[in-house]
Amino acid sequence: MNDFVDGIKFIGDNSGLLWHLTIKHLELTGAAVGIALLIALPIGIWLGHLHRGSFVAISISNVGRALPTLALISFGVAILGIGFLNSMIALVILAVPPVLTNAYVAVEGVDRDAVEAAEGMGMTPLEVLLRVELPLALPLIFAGIRIAVVFVIATATIASVAGGTGLGDIIVDQATYRLPGVIGASICVAVLALLAQLLFALLQRAITPRGLRVQKVRPGRPESAAAVPVITN
Amino acid sequence: MNSANTAQAEGPNAYPSAAPLEFRNVSKRYPRSDRPAIADLSFSVPAGEICVLVGPSGCGKTTAMRLVNRMTDLTSGDILLDGESVTQRKPAELRREIGYVIQQIGLFPHQTIAQNIATVPKLLGWEKDRTQRRVTELLELVSLPSEMGDRYPAELSGGQRQRVGVARALAADPPLMLMDEPFGAIDPINRERLQNEFLRLQAEIRKTVVFVTHDIDEAIKMGDRIAILREGGVLAQYATPDELLARPADDFVARFVGADRGLKRLTLSQLHDIVLLDVPTAHVGDAASDARERAAQRDADELVVLDGGEQPIGRLPVARLNGQPVSADDADPLTSTASRETSLRDALSLVVADRNRPLVVLEADGRLAGLVSLELISAALRPADGAGSPEAARGAQR
Amino acid sequence: MSGVLLAPLAAAPVIPDFGRGSTCIRDNKLFCWDWVQSNWGGTLRPALIQHIELTLIAVVVGFAISFVLALAAYRWSRLEPPVGIVAGILYTIPSLALFQLLVPVTGLSRTSAEIALVSYTILILFSNILEGLRNVPADVRDAAEGMGLTRWQTLWRVELPMALPTIVAGLRIAVVTVVSLATVAVFIVNEGLGAPIYAGLQNAFKTELIAAGALTVALALFADGALVLLQRVLTPWARTARS
Repeated sequence: MNDFVDGIKFIGDNSGLLWHLTIKHLELTGAAVGIALLIALPIGIWLGHLHRGSFVAISISNVGRALPTLALISFGVAILGIGFLNSMIALVILAVPPVLTNAYVAVEGVDRDAVEAAEGMGMTPLEVLLRVELPLALPLIFAGIRIAVVFVIATATIASVAGGTGLGDIIVDQATYRLPGVIGASICVAVLALLAQLLFALLQRAITPRGLRVQKVRPGRPESAAAVPVITN
Repeated sequence: MNSANTAQAEGPNAYPSAAPLEFRNVSKRYPRSDRPAIADLSFSVPAGEICVLVGPSGCGKTTAMRLVNRMTDLTSGDILLDGESVTQRKPAELRREIGYVIQQIGLFPHQTIAQNIATVPKLLGWEKDRTQRRVTELLELVSLPSEMGDRYPAELSGGQRQRVGVARALAADPPLMLMDEPFGAIDPINRERLQNEFLRLQAEIRKTVVFVTHDIDEAIKMGDRIAILREGGVLAQYATPDELLARPADDFVARFVGADRGLKRLTLSQLHDIVLLDVPTAHVGDAASDARERAAQRDADELVVLDGGEQPIGRLPVARLNGQPVSADDADPLTSTASRETSLRDALSLVVADRNRPLVVLEADGRLAGLVSLELISAALRPADGAGSPEAARGAQR
Repeated sequence: MSGVLLAPLAAAPVIPDFGRGSTCIRDNKLFCWDWVQSNWGGTLRPALIQHIELTLIAVVVGFAISFVLALAAYRWSRLEPPVGIVAGILYTIPSLALFQLLVPVTGLSRTSAEIALVSYTILILFSNILEGLRNVPADVRDAAEGMGLTRWQTLWRVELPMALPTIVAGLRIAVVTVVSLATVAVFIVNEGLGAPIYAGLQNAFKTELIAAGALTVALALFADGALVLLQRVLTPWARTARS
């Protein structure tokens, strides 16, 4: 138990360093998730809109899960050497699958009746996408982003071994910071991840259209139940 | 008949093939509800009869049925199965002795048809051989090919699944069957087929059956007795279908059975339930004078002409008889005929279609049985006792 | 401040003692098959076996815990929110941090590693088992009850078999997740495929990184495939249902 006390003491004594590293950690996370969104959202939404490519869209998250983070980083180190770029690429690769799969499942799973009604009223495909499919799909798309964020925060810690910068720098360097430092930084990372989870859960609630909130939705559990069971809570 | 044998002869519990059921002042009250779901319900079902519980939604008919196998427990009163109170029995054991069929069937999707049917025998610890034989028998009994035993429920049509549901309920030869809207989810054509099949089956196995439906026509068709419930689980009338239609106890029952209850009654009886009119006959080649005399004796203005094999071939108005012997050419050919199995309702329709002329009824071998007239049919509708009443002949229908 | 330890490695990869190996090894080429051959028995195979052990123990223990919790939550639905929240929190804590946070409690040991790995399986397995049980159609449950199956019989003969596809789906995710996270356990206990990866990172030796990384991916895919096959064998009815 003393180690935890020391760990908390470390946080108090090194708040400047920890704050700096937290910011770096968040920058890395934000950048990686941002790039992943730019890649994954359009593809996922578009495939979902067309109701095509379900095999690819669903299995990418299975493949993504099967890629051990440390192994991925080690490939990166082997090919690109130690550095920021390698960490970044690994994080983006890990963030794309949950975003893409959820976006696909979300848009694909929008009530067909609603889409047909919209088409029947004369909406163009783009209008159907923007006014009907996206609003209804938003909560589930957002759930995918949330998973990616939490996942990247966790993985960015490990990326420190390959030259990423963040709170992991302390955790993987026990030689310098000793156990209290490692414990202190671990607590910080855990709190960071939990706060991100909480924040995004609240945001997700806020953007859920009120009409969808009323019904007790267990959204998007068709095939994705097998692919991503924990995406919703 | 062999169907019931595996279950009965060798069973560890040699069931009677059917048992009487009695509701005695049964009430069911749910907590936090001001009204009872079932109020003081009393009636009894003789062994081997189908009792239909019918009524509008919310009348508690399903609840009443579920009280029998203790899927729901009663609040007061008692239910006796074969003279023994169900409340004294362990629910699971009791249920294994009662066949249970529901609208959605509830087949186990992860088991083959044969495994589904074998559910209760397995629970009762039957030997493998015996279970196997019983499954084969039951598939045959419900007219399914025996290869179907290896299939999974998802591979069957709705009607086939419903047959499997019935077979599964019959597996341990239960003395009582509970059926909750068993044909409710089936399209009308297949529903009628399944109803007829079940009646044919019941004629063979003679179970006591409690059958729940909201459809009065189904109730009339399937029931030996009908219990009409009104809201709040109150028994409005308990009677045979014919009595219910002939003498509804009150306005509620009259409205529920419908304004066409007279016509509905006609469907309950067939021509072999009534005494047909005798009709003078003449064979081809008979002398005209003989024929005319025979018609005069019966005060008839028409004869039915028979051929050498006693088969009716036409009807001949007496007025057409001239000096010549009776000939087929003079007679009107038979446009429509009925059989003993024709329902009174169909007979009425044929009579009306033929400008109210009495209809020729044939025996199964094609010989003449007699005539049926508008007056005869309407007389049969009058609630009276005696041979002409459909009520008396109700049992013979099966 | 950051990367104090690693910076010199990145800047000037001093070729450490790679042994009397081939030119490929001495030049630290991307992948040297001869290194894999000569180190299979001594390094890679033991690491792979340890990795399988780590994974199996974590999944078996995690499944047992989740199974009991899910059955309890199925019976008493009030239990679901607290279990779900705790499992969710455990699942959210980054693996590296969770491993380290256990060190003061259970030390730099395999126990610490297993506790952390187990904790990641619970959310997945608990939700999937519960979901699988709840998805059993009401009419099937009603028919089972009506035919005289006891509650226990209904559970074992009807509900659990029907929940199998969902349960196996959860197992697949849990296994793959644990295979992945078990590499991170190397930071507290020098076991499993994380060990050669970590060693490779320390001296930037590419072959070891790639070989160990590839073994980890292969193990994850193999385990996933094996579970798919297992599910096919266990649930022949699920195939016909889809067609």
